[in-house]
Amino acid sequence: MMRDLAGPEGDGLMKDTINAAAPVIEARNLDLTFDTADGSVHALKDVSLTISKGEFVSFIGPSGCGKTTFLRCIAALETPTAGTLTVNGMTPDEARKSRAYGYVFQAAGLYPWRTIAGNIKLPLEIMGFDRAEQEKRVERVLELVELKGFGKKFPWQLSGGMQQRASIARALAFDADLLLMDEPFGALDEIVRDRLNEELLKLWARTEKTIGFVTHSIPEAVYLSTKIVVMSPRPGRITDVIDSPLPKERPLDIRDSREFIEIAHRVREGLRAGHGDDV
Amino acid sequence: MRNIVPILTVVAAIVILWYGAAVKLNSAWVYDQATRAGAKVPSFSQVVTETMNQERPVLPTPHQVTAELWKSTVGMAITSKRSLVYHGWVTLSATLLGFAIGTGLGVLLAVGIIHNRAMDMSVMPWAIASQTIPILAIAPMIIVVLNSLGLQGLVPKAIISAYLSFFPVVVGMVKGLRSPDQMQLDLLKTYNASAAAAFWKLRVPSSMPYLFASLKVGIAASLVGAIVGELPTGAVAGLGARLLSGSYYGQTVQIWAALFAAAIVAAGMVILIGVIEKGTLKRMGMVR
Repeated sequence: MMRDLAGPEGDGLMKDTINAAAPVIEARNLDLTFDTADGSVHALKDVSLTISKGEFVSFIGPSGCGKTTFLRCIAALETPTAGTLTVNGMTPDEARKSRAYGYVFQAAGLYPWRTIAGNIKLPLEIMGFDRAEQEKRVERVLELVELKGFGKKFPWQLSGGMQQRASIARALAFDADLLLMDEPFGALDEIVRDRLNEELLKLWARTEKTIGFVTHSIPEAVYLSTKIVVMSPRPGRITDVIDSPLPKERPLDIRDSREFIEIAHRVREGLRAGHGDDV
Repeated sequence: MRNIVPILTVVAAIVILWYGAAVKLNSAWVYDQATRAGAKVPSFSQVVTETMNQERPVLPTPHQVTAELWKSTVGMAITSKRSLVYHGWVTLSATLLGFAIGTGLGVLLAVGIIHNRAMDMSVMPWAIASQTIPILAIAPMIIVVLNSLGLQGLVPKAIISAYLSFFPVVVGMVKGLRSPDQMQLDLLKTYNASAAAAFWKLRVPSSMPYLFASLKVGIAASLVGAIVGELPTGAVAGLGARLLSGSYYGQTVQIWAALFAAAIVAAGMVILIGVIEKGTLKRMGMVR
């Protein structure tokens, strides 16, 4: 509609403004029901959410709250049964086909028969980048995740944390503006997790990507996010959306600050409220 | 060095048992001979000596078999019709050709099964049914049918050996090509990868350990198939022919020597595949 008003001469300019303002992810009244052997499971109920460009959004909630399912809907790995969902203004499936996002799973899932560099090249080979370009990109993303010099190693030669970093590098390699992460640090110990959280924030600041991050750790969600989406189960729904007032620059000790504790408290309240009706 | 002691212990135990069994089984003939000659019942030490080197023993002793093996391999020109090297090669060439056909067919069927629902539902029952038919029963049919089509010698034997060896390859490769988990497949979906890319980049490499396990079973089955394929042809050449002619003339030593030759050939091929497996998996970074 705005484009119509602008007329032909102002078209290019207006388009840019529209794109900057347009949400990356727009979900309206999303519903998803799984049919299983023992009845149907209401995984998502009436989920509405807008994520703008450059945001770091965490989804937190107990298992079965639909946080992973929602992320998988965005990635077009699941299809909602009702409601509308757009990614970059397209349907999720179109967005998947235009390679709009990189997805990081809970397990690194590196191919044991490929080196770290070979693993990062996997999406690049599939997407048809030429060899020189592949090498260039591998070098660049290895540096981004601080794995420079590890390209020739095989996955088993790396620790769990390093493997997960390599899998993040793999998701970054093809320059998708959206990074979807499904409990990427869930299997790692606290010390490694703290370090990777810090690095992830740096990486986010450097690359200015939009990140959707599923977690079940309250400190992790509060520390990382600009927006925290609290969800609760049976049926999976959003109970609270918190816009974080924390600054973009976040040293690890920000977790002792009053604001941090207040947000964490609000998240905890939201999680408890969501549980109220079925305890 | 640590491994050699248990191995030698087991070998020694087998040899001792074998000698014991040979004495027991071959003694009947010794007593029988003594009765016929009207001599007095021979002593135990006499019986033992008499059972060691009979011409047609019920169970030849280890040293008889070893000597026969030595004589018919090293001690004889390989062009001789009694050379086990000659017969072994005849069987081996049919085995290798059959193994190649069987492996190729097995892999093709497995690829079809994982990509095509109709094949998934229909091929496996037939493959299993094919293996429930005794090979000894179907081998002569195959020979006769192929002969009427003008195929003789190597090819019919190879086809029988392929008939036995495709099965483990199908089973192993279906399992192997399906071994990538849902997460791996989802990952490729996020890249919008084609089925061909998923096949070559994920499924084939994942299936390699399964393939080699199948090949080891398959090569042994191939050898059995080739030997069985040699039986109905009238014992012209091959280890199967040696087994058959040995049993015609009661040459038990010859039979056992041929059996051991077959076992040695099979072991050699399994070891060879093991070496290739180790090299391949190492190159792929799947062995630490």
